[in-house]
Amino acid sequence: MIFWKLFYTFCKIGIFNFGGGYAMIALIQNEVVEKQGWMTSTEFTDIVATSQITPGPIGINVATYAGYTSVINAGYDPFWGVVGAFLASFSVILLPFILMLLISSFILKHKEHFVVKSIMSVLKLTVIGLIAASAMLLISPETFGSYAENPLQFFLSIGLFAAAFFASLKWKTSPILLIVLAGIIGLIVYGC
Amino acid sequence: MIPLMEKELVDRHGWITSEEFMEIITLSQTMPGIFAANMATHIGWKLRGVPGAVISVLGNILVPILIILALAAGLHYMQGNLIVEAIFKGVRPVVVALIAAPVFRMAKTAHISRYNFWIPVIAALLIWLLGVSPIWVILVAGIGGFVYGKYLEKKEVQP
Repeated sequence: MIFWKLFYTFCKIGIFNFGGGYAMIALIQNEVVEKQGWMTSTEFTDIVATSQITPGPIGINVATYAGYTSVINAGYDPFWGVVGAFLASFSVILLPFILMLLISSFILKHKEHFVVKSIMSVLKLTVIGLIAASAMLLISPETFGSYAENPLQFFLSIGLFAAAFFASLKWKTSPILLIVLAGIIGLIVYGC
Repeated sequence: MIPLMEKELVDRHGWITSEEFMEIITLSQTMPGIFAANMATHIGWKLRGVPGAVISVLGNILVPILIILALAAGLHYMQGNLIVEAIFKGVRPVVVALIAAPVFRMAKTAHISRYNFWIPVIAALLIWLLGVSPIWVILVAGIGGFVYGKYLEKKEVQP
């Protein structure tokens, strides 16, 4: 039953997400693409792109859209896709919500305690590795095109990747701008 | 998101003080989940108890959910459209770059050094090459951090 699995998977993603939106993207990618096989890498990157240019917390956007696509891909009609979307986004906030109500006063009191600080600093370092792994898993012919089939797309993809990576790190260029520019380039090169 | 929240909650409505706001930021970053939703939960709870928490977290996520759903449905309807496919072909490598870039940005803020750089490297290799679930990696890292913190605490107590 996909709905139960969706609930369980996104509950897990929510409660194990330490370290912000990109950590959550990495967790969702690992669960819905690698583990469950609910969608391809291509579909997942398209979801992240759409979520980047949409307002709201990126984690919520990706969870909503991924919930929708997972249910549609399982053969349900769009109505159930919408149900899956709401289910995924509510599940992803459910356990952190309960935890916030239960232990926030405890954490507020002890947030300077070095056991808490030690846990947080190890988690912060681990999450960097998690996001790196996710990026490595997404570098594939599905997202970059293959050299054998379409060398133009392959080399253009590498160029776009390098340019966006550089611009994002060096000039902190906004993700929205980078995605819109890449979309225009894609439209001109592949669409005409 | 943070400046917007501060302007609304602290300056405009005066529901919480600037100090409280700063404290809630740290709290929401420490707790698992989505930062903005955690902020909304705690502030709602502080002002109006559990119903307040429910209302403010729903208020925080409902509109984004509806917007992304409209886009999802629209793009699903246009599946196979050559124009849409051309646009996404250009966008995909950029999305991967946008996921790769924070790795280097976060490495700076996480105070990476020659003593601890092995932690992210091992985590990445386990997940990427061995297919270990990130959930397990995070669980083990959390326990490791706890044990290390306890060890430091002991050293502090009996020097």
